[in-house]
This record gives sequence, C-alpha cells and structure tokens, in this order.
Amino acid sequence: MEKLQSSFKNMVLSLVIIAVVAAGALAGVYLLTLETINNQKAAKQQAAILAVLPEGVEIGEAEEVNGLTVYKAYMDGEFAGAAVETQADGFGGPQKIMVGFDAEGKIINYEVLEHQETPGLGDHIVEWFKNADKPGQNIIGRQADGAFSVSKDGGDVDAITAATISSRAFLNAINKAFVAFKNGEVEAATGASQLHHQEAEAVEPEVEKQPQVAEEEPQVVEEEAQETQKPQVVRRARKQPKEVQEPKAEEPQEPKVNELVETEADYE
Amino acid sequence: MNNALKTFTNGLLKENPTFVLVLGMCPTLATTTSAINGMSMGLATLFVLVCSNVVISLLKNLIPDKVRIPAFIVVIATFVTLVQLLMQAYLPAIYDVLGLFIPLIVVNCIVLGRAEAFAAKNSVGLSALDGLGMGLGFTLALTILGALRELLGTGACFGLHLFPDNYGALIFVLAPGAFIALAYLMAIINKAQKK
Repeated sequence: MEKLQSSFKNMVLSLVIIAVVAAGALAGVYLLTLETINNQKAAKQQAAILAVLPEGVEIGEAEEVNGLTVYKAYMDGEFAGAAVETQADGFGGPQKIMVGFDAEGKIINYEVLEHQETPGLGDHIVEWFKNADKPGQNIIGRQADGAFSVSKDGGDVDAITAATISSRAFLNAINKAFVAFKNGEVEAATGASQLHHQEAEAVEPEVEKQPQVAEEEPQVVEEEAQETQKPQVVRRARKQPKEVQEPKAEEPQEPKVNELVETEADYE
Repeated sequence: MNNALKTFTNGLLKENPTFVLVLGMCPTLATTTSAINGMSMGLATLFVLVCSNVVISLLKNLIPDKVRIPAFIVVIATFVTLVQLLMQAYLPAIYDVLGLFIPLIVVNCIVLGRAEAFAAKNSVGLSALDGLGMGLGFTLALTILGALRELLGTGACFGLHLFPDNYGALIFVLAPGAFIALAYLMAIINKAQKK
C-alpha cells in the first residue's frame, strides 16, 4: 500500500481517526476496570479499619469530625473504640493513616494507607511506630493524649533515624485523629459542644501567628455556634473537666509546624 | 529467520536501551529502588513497547509523515493509560509503588525512539520482535540495577534478606545511589563488550 501523502485532508483525517479510536478504547477499558478499581479501594479501606480495631467489633457508620472520618466500633452494643482516617503533610506529600483507639483512647493499631515518603528513610513510618521490641518508638497500646511528639521536640517518641519530618507528620496525624476521636465521642455522648467553642475563643490571639490553625478554627466555631443555642446549663452540668483538657492538648503541638518548615531545608 | 533473531537480541545486549543507548533514564533512576519495582516498571514498558510497535507498524502507511509524531504519541499514551488502569485494577500492590511513574512511560524515549527508528520502517513481525527485545533488555537492565541497589542499600534481594539491613548503605536506595550504581554497571558492561 502506498504511503499517504501529507496533504491537509490526510493529516486531519488520520489524526482524527487515531484519536477517536484511542478515546473509544480508553473509555471501554475505563468502564471495564472502574468497578474493580473502586472495589479494591473500598476493600483496602475496609481491611485497614478492621486491622486497627479489636476482633469481632461491629463498625458503625462513618462520621465526619474535624474534617476526618471516624468509624465507631461497637462490641455487643457497647462503644468499643473507633478507627479514624487521618492525614498530615509528610516530607514527600500527604500521609494518610488509619488509626484505631479503644474506648479509653489507647491506640490499638495503625495502618498507613498512603504516603510518599523517601524509600529507605521516611517510608519506615509503615512499621516503625508499632515495633513492640522498642518501647521508645512504639505507640501501640499507649494512651493517646493528642500531644505525641518526637524526642527532638521534647516529646517521648523516638523519631525514625534521619526522617524526623516524616515522624513529626505521622505523630501530628495521630494527634489530630485523637482529637477527632475525642470530639466525636464527646458530641455523641453528651452534646457538650460548647467545649470547643470556649476553646476557640481562648485560642484566637494565637491564631494570628498561626495561619494554618486560622484556616481550621473558624470553621469549627461556625459549626459549634449553631449548637450553642441550646440551654447552656445542661451542657455545663454534663461537661467533664478531663475532656475540656483534651482538645487543648493539640495547641502546644501547633507551634512546631513553623519549626518544621524552617528545618525542612536541612533535610533536603 | 536469522534477521529476526538478530532483531530480537539486538535490544537485549548490543543495543541495550539502558546500558548502551542510555535512553529512558528517568524511569531507570527513579523506579529501581528495589528489584521488584525495577522489574515491574520494565514489564510495564515492555508491554507498551510491543503494543505500540505493532500498532505503529500496522498504521505506518496510513499516517502522513508530517503528523507522525503526534500520531505516535497518541498511540503510545493510549497503551500507557491502559496499563495504568489494568494495573490499578488487578495489581494494586505494584500500582501503589509505581503509580506515579507509569504515566512517564509516555515520554520514555525508548518507546518513541523505537516507534520512529524501527516500527515506522519495518514489518509488523519484526517490529513486535524489536519491541520484545528492547523491552526485555530494558526489564533486564532495570531488574539488575534494582537488585543491586536493593542489595547494597537494604541487604535484601527481591525482598529476601541476605544480611541485616543495618549493614546496608542507605545511599544506594536514594537518588545518588542510582547514579553511582548505574555508572558502575555501565562501565562493567562497556569493558565486557570491548573485549
């Protein structure tokens, strides 16, 4: 067969035909694989939820708390903890982590769903913090308080060697998960939402220094503001001193975000 | 027959895309952090290379010369996206690791290079063999490089621990190690070929 001449008509025709056939093939395969891909993702998430919770629990519906997804678990109708899907910005990109708490807030287990940390360094987050042989770096079984930090920042968790930023991000994600876990539990159990409202007011002066916090806090205030319409007396009575403390625990953690940005260059 | 065999082995050794032609360095350096990653990337490229070579060889008379590059790119990009979708659906574990690099196969010079230099001038059968040879050569090179870096960096090979990873030189898993390991491998292969 003769080779087609490079006339305008031939060029347009051949490109259009190739593009249409290619688009058709892609659309077909996309539709064909769509279900499998979605199933894979759902299965992965389901497996992660089950892996971080005790065996034999029933998982309730997903709830949004502080922008994180909380899956509550029930054992024989009793609240038995929750799995929280949390994330933080690591060294190479976002880290997505599923972490499970028992009813008291002890960490049962965690699974890293997605991360882009450096292979051989930051990617150790996948198993580093669940090494039962090294109590300094193990967080499994520990009571979460929303204020985990690496030993370099005065905390008591050993960071991954040569991957402090990845470790900080990981602990930050765990802390956020714990706050969401606590808030979700508090709201469901007592409706004591004023707790967060008060806290947001107290935090405001600091907010100016912390642009990242500033983005998050006003949203919370708005949500909570609606609920504060309810009689205040009831909520005060139900509020427990311990729970007032918990969300605040996140605050001392926040200034480290700045530190993190400053030191990042050293690790590059 | 002799000609076919020559076409096939050409890509494996004499014109190995990585060690001799030094094409497609981006995926070579980025994905060879372990033997299995290197091999998966090589196999994905092999698939795209064979398919695009065959299709371009079939279409070579229907594509006017002046628009051949965009036409080739569309064909290649289509196969790359197919690989990406299929991998995501059926090999999710490998997709998690390589997902980021799969779209880069589109701009891998080996694929466009073989389309332009070979498939656009030769018969379908020979083009398929050329794609197979080049793809296997690329896979082989990436596997060797990945295995070497994994072994030196973490003390493992295909995930099998040969010595404790405390003795591994982490630099080999990181970017500089890719350049160092590749340079030594190329030097050794050049020396062997000159004899």
